[in-house]
Amino acid sequence: MALKIIELCTNCWACQPLCPTSAIYEAKPHFLIDALKCTECDGDFADPQCASICPIEGAILNSAGKAWNPPGSLTGITI
Amino acid sequence: MIDLTALQPEKATGGNCAGSCGNHPHSPSAVPQHIQEKIHNHPCYSEQAHHYYARMHVAVAPACNIQCHYCNRKYDCANESRPGVVSELLKPDQAIKKVLAVGAAIPQMSVVGIAGPGDPLANPERTFATFRELTRLAPDLKLCISTNGLALPQHVDELAKHNIDHVTITINCLDPEIGAKIYPWIFWNHRRIKGVKAAEILIQQQQKGLEMLVARGILVKINSVMIPGINDEHLKEVSRVVRAKGAFLHNIMPLIAEAKHGTFFGLSGQPSPTPEELSNLQTSCESDDMRMMRHCRQCRADAVGLLGEDRGDEFSLEKIEHLEIDHAAAMQRRVAEKARIEAEIAAKHAQSAQPLDNTVQLISLDKLRTKKKTYRSVLMAVASKGQGIINLHFGHAQEFLIYEASQAGIKFIRAAKAELYCTGDETCGEAESRIERIIKSLAGCEVVLCAKIGYEPWGKLEAAGIQPNGEHAMEAIEDAVKSVYQEMSASGKLDEIPVKKQTMRA
Ligand code: SF4
Ligand code: SF4
Repeated sequence: MALKIIELCTNCWACQPLCPTSAIYEAKPHFLIDALKCTECDGDFADPQCASICPIEGAILNSAGKAWNPPGSLTGITI
Repeated sequence: MIDLTALQPEKATGGNCAGSCGNHPHSPSAVPQHIQEKIHNHPCYSEQAHHYYARMHVAVAPACNIQCHYCNRKYDCANESRPGVVSELLKPDQAIKKVLAVGAAIPQMSVVGIAGPGDPLANPERTFATFRELTRLAPDLKLCISTNGLALPQHVDELAKHNIDHVTITINCLDPEIGAKIYPWIFWNHRRIKGVKAAEILIQQQQKGLEMLVARGILVKINSVMIPGINDEHLKEVSRVVRAKGAFLHNIMPLIAEAKHGTFFGLSGQPSPTPEELSNLQTSCESDDMRMMRHCRQCRADAVGLLGEDRGDEFSLEKIEHLEIDHAAAMQRRVAEKARIEAEIAAKHAQSAQPLDNTVQLISLDKLRTKKKTYRSVLMAVASKGQGIINLHFGHAQEFLIYEASQAGIKFIRAAKAELYCTGDETCGEAESRIERIIKSLAGCEVVLCAKIGYEPWGKLEAAGIQPNGEHAMEAIEDAVKSVYQEMSASGKLDEIPVKKQTMRA
């Protein structure tokens, strides 16, 4: 049970300080989530914090490997 | 008697600057003294200072807590920068090093700002770590931030502690329905909130932050992005409200929306305002106690240098890494340079107060008297790289300063971006379209004043009805614009408007 940051990440740093379990770390070429530490924010917040602030659609995947924020969901851009 | 002040704007405006530069011609006391003192050597806030003092931005704040429809989050914050720009992200210690290096190399440096690449207050640790060290090592430098306002109220006390006396808030609306068309979401209280609710919270926080800053005596400037059909009319209301709450400057910037930037507005075909639409809105928002900042250049988040120039490349991390800097000596140089600039400005005032060429003025006054005419106003474009002087080759101008000359005085209207005309051999094939673009951006201007100009652009400008003029190279901008205006009126070029008695006295 963990979220995953993939290569669409632009390294904006928004998620990193919000993680209640310090699971997110700076890495090259992009930030990563330590799957062993990630709790999906269960018990701390109603929504996973990283996925709630990440501005990039598709950069964070849920535990099923699907985009937490699918295309169009954040920017309204559907093309 | 003719109203002599009509041709001597510096007298009409209380001698703030050579010409009406820093003041609205009809509002001699537009800026209260204590504010004038705070801003007068801030290049972004004072139209006078931007000719002399340099500023720099450090990009230490990558994260953002909202989304704007004119911003693509792969690039810098679009509230403060032009879209499509990526700044070199710095850690606080790197930013401090860079500021000190630039401050040692450019003694005109007076202001350090954090404006991105995200929102400074969405990155409070990084932002305040930077400011704390700078206050310690370079206490002469002014600090400022630009923010979307969402996290502002919770940080006002800390801002006040660090003695940061200039804050810019981007406020695009007061009406959440309008806001919902500009902001798709915000991150608030650990949740992503969308729609009208999101806009409502953002607007509340912005207004609260504005009020709290004003209550603590911190200067607040408001930035607004003009989005035709969405908030253009509404911005008049915004201007009234923020003025009533005590903001000292309102800066309306044009939306820049192009598909290639990948923004919602760029891709949805949302039009940007024309330079005229922008200028008209700025004029209708301008009033006696609220000045518009027409010289804003929407610099990038890591810009370095005088407004309108960017020397950021000279100070990349690699280049400054091994520099040894004597902070105390650097500060002394800056303080000395400031004194020199102040003396230069004072000397310029003294000179302008006694017109150099009395004969020219008398002749034109004579003409005014005998013909009993008023003359229409004229827009002139100026190529300058600073010091308030016409000292730039037409082909090297990255932007032109547009001045309006009228019988009421000389007034700065806006800066018009020019893509570089002269960019070297390989791109010269495109020169044709570039001059066309410059001509377009100078629409409405009848004269362009520059230090020098090539034969070819001269012809094209002339054909487009814009008279190039290189006769006033190295002269003060205001004096040159004034004398060209006088020549034009003396030669009858400005006679078109029928007699109106308003500025005449029998
Ligand atoms: S879901 Fe929560 S715990 Fe997991 S990485 Fe994101 S912020 Fe951290
Ligand atoms: S918020 Fe998204 S884009 Fe930003 S660093 Fe985290 S995963 Fe990357």
